[in-house]
Amino acid sequence: MVFDPALAEIRFGTGLSPRVAAPQGIDDMLRRLAGSDQMAQSYPIPRFDGQGGADIREYRDLLKARNAVRDTEAEEPARKALTAQKRKLRQGEIDMIRAQLLRGVMTEDGLRERLVWFWSDHFATAPRSQLYQHSMAAYPEQAIRPHVAGRFADMLWAAATHPVMQVYLDQQRNFGPTSVAAEKRPKKKLGLNENLAREMLELHTLGVGGGYTQADVTGLAGLLTGLNINEDTDMVVRPNYAERGPFQILGRSWGGDPKTREADIREFIEDLARNPVTLRHLARKLAVHFVADQPDEGLVEHMAAAMIGADGDLSAGYRAMLEHPVSWDEAPANVKPPFDFMVSAMRALDVHPAMLERMNPRNIQALFLLPMSLMGQSWQRPNGPDGFPEADDRWISPQGLAERIQWSMTAPQTLTTRLPDPRAFVQVALGDRAPEAVQFAAKAAETEWEGVGLILSSPAFQRR
Amino acid sequence: MKRRDFLIRSAILGCSAAASPFMTPVALASAPWDARLVVIILRGAMDGLDMVRPYGDREYAALRGGLTGGSVGEADLDGFYALHPSLEPLRPLWKQGGLGFAHAVSTPYRDQRSHFDGQDLLEAGTVGLDGAARRDGWLNRLLQSVPGVTGETSFALGRDRMLLMRGDAPVSTWAPESDLNLSPQARLLLETVHHDDPLFAGAVSDAIHIAESLGLIDVPENVMDAQEMVMERAEASRKQAADGHTMLAEFAAARLKEEARIAAFSLNGWDTHKGQAKAIARSGTQLAEVIGLLHDRLGPDVWGKTVVLAMTEFGRTARVNGSAGTDHGTGSAMVMAGGALRGGQVWADWPGLGDSDLYARRDLMPTRDVRAHAAWTLRSLFGIDRTLLETSVFPGLDMGNDPNLIL
Repeated sequence: MVFDPALAEIRFGTGLSPRVAAPQGIDDMLRRLAGSDQMAQSYPIPRFDGQGGADIREYRDLLKARNAVRDTEAEEPARKALTAQKRKLRQGEIDMIRAQLLRGVMTEDGLRERLVWFWSDHFATAPRSQLYQHSMAAYPEQAIRPHVAGRFADMLWAAATHPVMQVYLDQQRNFGPTSVAAEKRPKKKLGLNENLAREMLELHTLGVGGGYTQADVTGLAGLLTGLNINEDTDMVVRPNYAERGPFQILGRSWGGDPKTREADIREFIEDLARNPVTLRHLARKLAVHFVADQPDEGLVEHMAAAMIGADGDLSAGYRAMLEHPVSWDEAPANVKPPFDFMVSAMRALDVHPAMLERMNPRNIQALFLLPMSLMGQSWQRPNGPDGFPEADDRWISPQGLAERIQWSMTAPQTLTTRLPDPRAFVQVALGDRAPEAVQFAAKAAETEWEGVGLILSSPAFQRR
Repeated sequence: MKRRDFLIRSAILGCSAAASPFMTPVALASAPWDARLVVIILRGAMDGLDMVRPYGDREYAALRGGLTGGSVGEADLDGFYALHPSLEPLRPLWKQGGLGFAHAVSTPYRDQRSHFDGQDLLEAGTVGLDGAARRDGWLNRLLQSVPGVTGETSFALGRDRMLLMRGDAPVSTWAPESDLNLSPQARLLLETVHHDDPLFAGAVSDAIHIAESLGLIDVPENVMDAQEMVMERAEASRKQAADGHTMLAEFAAARLKEEARIAAFSLNGWDTHKGQAKAIARSGTQLAEVIGLLHDRLGPDVWGKTVVLAMTEFGRTARVNGSAGTDHGTGSAMVMAGGALRGGQVWADWPGLGDSDLYARRDLMPTRDVRAHAAWTLRSLFGIDRTLLETSVFPGLDMGNDPNLIL
């Protein structure tokens, strides 16, 4: 069996750290992943079905209250309360970003963080409503994180039916055209909206070329009618809005009576999540993300077979990936996305948690959010539901690389009280993988900050 | 180190000498043509039936009355089509012939209605997406086919790298708010550490090249104050967030007044599934501001040699959906502008909006391939050979008759 602790941290974790010991084998990695979620406890992020949602509801109530007293004397105090809550949400957003960074920097279970990032991007959302825009991290905390080592069916149900996903893909506008509610109020012209159905097939499960047709999309949109959000921003299924079935989807008949719609949708999602075409699509995506943009077909098939054999258990796929020798090819492969790059840089620099905990929102913006967006990754705001790109050349454009260089040269100074000696830092950041040119640059740089910047912006560190 | 020494040493290191402005300063002055082309990708599927409203069609009011509020004819263009209110600031341009539209156009993309595939096909310029279609974009293939193209000829602007411009021909990509501050020694060492990785070596050499040519690199005398610099950039970004589209237009105009001949960027926000009236007005206003700025900043001389093509991946449903929006459709419109355009007209072979006229009884029926209009623009503006256009730039395209788009 091939295994390399440094490569395990670099390729399948969040990077080498002078503080955290690397895993000692594949079993060790999977044991950590199956164990308790230490980072979620150390650096909590409110879940959407917990405080995250409560804060949003509070804001919505204050917004309503303000609108009700417009142009009266009561408007000023109502506006102040609304502004205060808005400030609280913004502060919360910054705290969530801080926690996401800290988890990556401090973790002993790097594979878990990487999987959370990967699956959050697989089920990508972006804010479509001002209510949700400051609480986007509450969605993966609830819908993705608990399921990364479990069954894909559970994650698909949790993510695709989540209120944030529903708002993002217009599901809250998807109504049965001849449902009870539509017939009762014909003036509202309630009708189908296919957006969630399409992306569920195209992106979340079967994939483009997965053999589905427009008729399948329309059928699924019909089955999904009734799935909605209530006033408390919880997911609900309302039979009154559901179109009567059955619906022909992927060669089978699904759903009928609107009254059993929730169970019918769940049954369909269970089936779709275990469809071999879905699991093959997921195997390829995982291999592309973790191993190489053009992954070895043997690796993809090995992973797919493992997940199909395990009835959609994701950990079986991870084990298959980790036990395949091509996953441990020594040559640096994929370019790290900007967020992953920043986390791995801070991990190598051994940035003290207090440094991030003390940082004010303006500094978080200036040090992380703005540079990330110039590198091509607007945090939690991908261009579309297909998430951020995987291809290396999508990240390493002249402008994307310029920003990585700019950040590498400047950010470490503000993140550490004392910069490391570049000659020693080469070994910390790259282990035994430091190319001669990088070792030379670390010695030849005129200043420490340039030396550190050259190491962090080198292809050897930018790839994993 | 003196600047001159740096130039010589970077040549000795041999990094991308062909693409280096330091090696070929004369190339900057020469370009294959004098005409200018701006291609804008309208991402999200623009509703052509709303932006250029065929109010003269007897079915239009019934289909779209709920969206338009009815008083469409007041913004009449030619007795049949009317302008969306957000484009009204461009009416003077229309009157001068500097604005025009092609209607009922689409790429060959049919039935799947995915934004991502639709945009890829629009930018790839091919008939389908199988095989090598996603490898390069049609603007890049144009550049591959003509001599004299340098990294300064074409700019892909913004934070997203566009397939339209991707390929083997040199293209500069830049976000207007980027910069790169490096000491000469750090620049040299950067080229050294990136040397063996072609993707990084090419990008770093282009980045330095662009930053240098834009005057962005100021070589610091002392160790820079990182904290201060980080904060300064955060301030600058606030303006960017609010005015991203105007910065793109200003930047494009600045480059096109110099040696650049082609610029491409994206305007987002056209995916109007709900509350379309408000959403499309915002995107339309941005498009109008971009065209207005290009006109103003380029000045009469350069504007007179310019064509702007604003194209989208597909159209939207002819009927309004249950949420005052429209869903993914097929045929749409292309917005064209520029002093070199024979504007003041809408080019269309109008298919009608009756139930049986619609594509799949739901979408505007495309009656012409949008690539044909792009190809005829390249044919007339740059004098590109028709065979080359139909086989290499837009493989598999039949350009058909000349629509006479260009003066």
